[in-house]
Amino acid sequence: MMQHKPISKRIDWLMIWLYFIIVMIGLISIFSVEFKSGDDFFQGILGFEKNYSRQAVFFLFCLVLAVFILLTDSKAFTAMANLLYLLGIVLMLATFVLGKEVNGSKSWIPLGFMNLQPVEMAKIFTALALSKYLSLPDIDLTKPRAQFIAAGISFAPIVFSVLQNETGLALVYFAFLIPMYREGLPPVYLIGGASLAVLLIVTLLLPTKLLVIILSIIAALVIFFMRTTFQRNHKNLFWIIGLWSVSCLFVGLVVPFMFKKVFQPYQADRIFSMVGKDNPFISKDSTALLNPLKKKPVENYNVKQSKIAIGSGGFFGKGFLKGTQTQGDFVPEQHTDFIFTSLGESFGFVGCAVLMLLYLFMLLRIVYIAERQRSVFSRVYAYSVAGILFFHLAVNIGMTIGLAPVIGITLPLMSYGGSSLLTFTIMLFILIKLDTDRQMVLR
Amino acid sequence: MPTFNHSRKNVINVIFVVTVLVILVRLFSLQVFSSKYKVLADDQGIFRKVVYPDRGLVFDRKGRVILQNSIIHDLMVIPSKIKGTDTTTLCEILGIDTAEFRKRIITAIIKNRSYRPSVFEALLPEEKMAKINENMYKFAPGYYLQERPVRDYPYDAGGNILGYLSEVDTNFLKKHEGEGYVSGDYAGKTGLELSYEKVLMGQRGIEYLKRDNKNRITGRLENGLFDTLAIAGSDLHTSLDIELQELGEKLMTNKVGAIVAIDPQTGGILAMISSPTYKPRLLTGAERKKNYVELLLDPRIPFLNRTIGAYYSPGSTFKTLQGLVGLQEGVIDVNTTFFCPGAFYGCGRPMRCLDPGTFSLKPAITHSCNTYFAYVMQRVINNPAYPSLDSSLNQWAHYMHAFGLGHKLGVDLPYEKAGRIPTSLTYDKIYGKGRWNFCTFRSVSIGQGEVETTPLQVANEMAYLANKGWYKTPHIVDSIEGGDRYGMLAAFNEKHIAVHIPDSIFDAVHDGMQGVMESGTGRYAKVPGIEVCGKTGTVENSYKGVKQKDHAFFAAFAPRRNPRIAIAVICENAGFGASSAAPIASLMIEKYLNDSIAGKARQDKVEQLSKLNLIPPRLVQALRAYDSTLHRKDSAYLMAKGYIKIARDTIGMEADDDSEGLDKLKKDNSKEAPKSDSIVHAPAAVLTDNRKILGDSIQKQPAE
Repeated sequence: MMQHKPISKRIDWLMIWLYFIIVMIGLISIFSVEFKSGDDFFQGILGFEKNYSRQAVFFLFCLVLAVFILLTDSKAFTAMANLLYLLGIVLMLATFVLGKEVNGSKSWIPLGFMNLQPVEMAKIFTALALSKYLSLPDIDLTKPRAQFIAAGISFAPIVFSVLQNETGLALVYFAFLIPMYREGLPPVYLIGGASLAVLLIVTLLLPTKLLVIILSIIAALVIFFMRTTFQRNHKNLFWIIGLWSVSCLFVGLVVPFMFKKVFQPYQADRIFSMVGKDNPFISKDSTALLNPLKKKPVENYNVKQSKIAIGSGGFFGKGFLKGTQTQGDFVPEQHTDFIFTSLGESFGFVGCAVLMLLYLFMLLRIVYIAERQRSVFSRVYAYSVAGILFFHLAVNIGMTIGLAPVIGITLPLMSYGGSSLLTFTIMLFILIKLDTDRQMVLR
Repeated sequence: MPTFNHSRKNVINVIFVVTVLVILVRLFSLQVFSSKYKVLADDQGIFRKVVYPDRGLVFDRKGRVILQNSIIHDLMVIPSKIKGTDTTTLCEILGIDTAEFRKRIITAIIKNRSYRPSVFEALLPEEKMAKINENMYKFAPGYYLQERPVRDYPYDAGGNILGYLSEVDTNFLKKHEGEGYVSGDYAGKTGLELSYEKVLMGQRGIEYLKRDNKNRITGRLENGLFDTLAIAGSDLHTSLDIELQELGEKLMTNKVGAIVAIDPQTGGILAMISSPTYKPRLLTGAERKKNYVELLLDPRIPFLNRTIGAYYSPGSTFKTLQGLVGLQEGVIDVNTTFFCPGAFYGCGRPMRCLDPGTFSLKPAITHSCNTYFAYVMQRVINNPAYPSLDSSLNQWAHYMHAFGLGHKLGVDLPYEKAGRIPTSLTYDKIYGKGRWNFCTFRSVSIGQGEVETTPLQVANEMAYLANKGWYKTPHIVDSIEGGDRYGMLAAFNEKHIAVHIPDSIFDAVHDGMQGVMESGTGRYAKVPGIEVCGKTGTVENSYKGVKQKDHAFFAAFAPRRNPRIAIAVICENAGFGASSAAPIASLMIEKYLNDSIAGKARQDKVEQLSKLNLIPPRLVQALRAYDSTLHRKDSAYLMAKGYIKIARDTIGMEADDDSEGLDKLKKDNSKEAPKSDSIVHAPAAVLTDNRKILGDSIQKQPAE
């Protein structure tokens, strides 16, 4: 047993360093967004008027919390996992009563010094609860019952999130497919999910009728070439016909339904603006009445400005505090969701690549940590963290460079905002804490 | 079964790596391959501000500043910041009511948005500006005063020479592409301001400024690393004598006409008066726009520089040149005499003459004998030394060209006219080949008919006589501060000697001209203590077929030995030349040579002449009509429509260039030959101005 070693020797310092470096890059980026030449630097730092000084305070608070987490007993997390999950659900329900409306969504609980977003915190609780469930003996994710329960735990918060108009954050919960896949979920779910995504994008790009015809032709061709096998195995034929009808249903009914009834018009607009089209599902008369002047979705402007800022950075960037787009406030929400643009303009491709490699290194390190755990609980938790981090990273950077729709997802550890920084700090330090007890079997 | 799915970690790692790679590839294409975003970013984030250098100054020959820069203030407003300012006081100072105030604010918001500055009141007069400045604390920060450099004229004279600036238009921008002008800039429109625009404007600087998402300037890019400095325009040193110019303008008050005085030694123009003119200060300051439109529509065409842009028959001043040609061609000598019975009968129909008698060259010039010079020219044209009338007439025209007539002299002012000296071609076109002889154009011999000259050409002709056979191109600018980088002055040093005529011939002509001053028609132009050689002229003219009062002409140079001034004066419709043009010239000569006018009698003469009103009645009538419209305050459209037409009819303005307008002249002349109907030809530029300012309405009218 290695338990007698002091905790400082068991901590994965590499993770801590990565955490520090990325948070520091984030602080510098927020600083460069806000600092205008001629501003008083010390006044800004000490006055707590500026976002960068407030973020620094959040960071100090996070450090205190991190030390606290490192000093708790790892068993506490397994013991409290289900309880915390419940707490998360309660908090999300509480937003409907106590919630403060920010940017059209009522998902914030004011705490005085900061606003807490339960959906953010619930990610941790969900990760813990999922880990707890999957670490139970005799759980086999190839069985529908286990699949159903695991999916239930993972996706329940989505319902609340959508009800709070935070569809973007809700999507993050799909990240739990990664730990589930690692724990034995059949790959067909991942493949199926990916195919569905492809089908979705194609649906957005092509007219429905044309797509149905194409699908039918493909199905007919497949049946034609596989006709000899049907005599041996009738199931194949049913599978193909089943897939064809599901696809057609998806294209013809599900997607229009989602865009008309589930998504808010602005969300549909964002998704369509990503593929470069106007939203065809919006009922023309209602928008024309409500907003006759609005011609193009506002999001086009965000993405355009974001791309201009990043694209104008060039290979080496314009230099620290020399970004004209950043200094001119051209990119909306630059200190929060679009913080990556500040880095991209000031430090160019080199800076962006360094940051991306740091994140990648962190992801791979988490996978490495996950695999060295003795307990399933810690491993699932580590994969959950990796999944969430990955999803945030891919979607956030993707939206700044026009690869993903603009959904309000923060860049982990860098975006301004106490809620986001706190969530990722807690998430990572719980992982580091669990890792210190990697030889223990936690249940 | 903890290690059951161990290999799946690789799949997950691959997903992570591939995703990051996709992002990196996309970033690389955005940041390194595509230059589009860099351009877009510079367009919206960087503002290229043009820094205007001070325009060059203009000095007269004695080093006095006659054109300089000064500052005038615009009151600017930022509509989004005016809450809580003392609007009542502001309106009181500016003399506007609340409705007007609201209108201006709304206009400002529509034009420039509420968070950007707009001009609230442009070009504040001194006293308003002082009052506003005093109360500025009540208006800040919604209002502020912004400096604007304007041109300033310390002597308020020489408007036609100095010219003015105006905002550049699209045509100008097209023509001067790549020279750094942008719309909203001011550039020289006429006069020296136009001719020396390149030199005066200096070199613009460029400042790179950072701009934010609301188009507000936030600071300098890289602390001005990429900026270029503005270099001030070069100063011009002219040959003008501003006091002489002032005197000339005073003397020409209430007269239509022109004065040109040249230093024969250098070709430098000492004074150049076109009357009626305008006070250049009218075109700076708060009232600029109003004054400009008024001047533009004034039927007296004050913007026309008659010294180079209007044609007059030279009249008797032309006779001196005929004497020269006769002597040089050897068809007469100094002692050749002709008898004048009171008219020239050489061509059947008599051409009248003032004093009958027998004249040799000197008295012929002195008494301005028409008959004598008709005979001289008849001999020149019918000279048996030449094979045909064509060649002898063309030889005669060649002399005239050598004297600086019939072509543009190349003065450094825009819109100079060429004038006209008839050649065989001219008459072939009018009458047909071989269907004319000397008698057809006998009046040319006395400076009427198809001869047309600008006052500058007549003054230059005097310089030519004074120098005994050469002239230098008349010019205003002697030197440019910092050197003549564009070679603009190079041509002014060249002596023009096209034909060599012995001094003795000139002496004979000078004798005659001195006689004019002592006993002849120019007795009234005598200058005490100075030997002046001069020649009067009385030019017959008609307007629309109606004979008008004669134009008075006087041309002279002085002193006879070592001449320092050559001068031409014309007063339109002033009658006999001796009563107006001659005394004006004499005062000008005295002022220049002696630096002052001596004696009370002479000084009184200045006042008396400046009060003399010689505005022709038809112009008075046009003016009256024009004034009444001004009072009626009709729209610019009506004024434009009606009164440009009057102006054009009255003065005989023409839109086309005359050197090319032979066909038109043929028509005129065939009707009323040999007397020319067109008295003044306005330069095309004046008309173009009208069109530009007053809009399309003018263009719909067919040009005459």
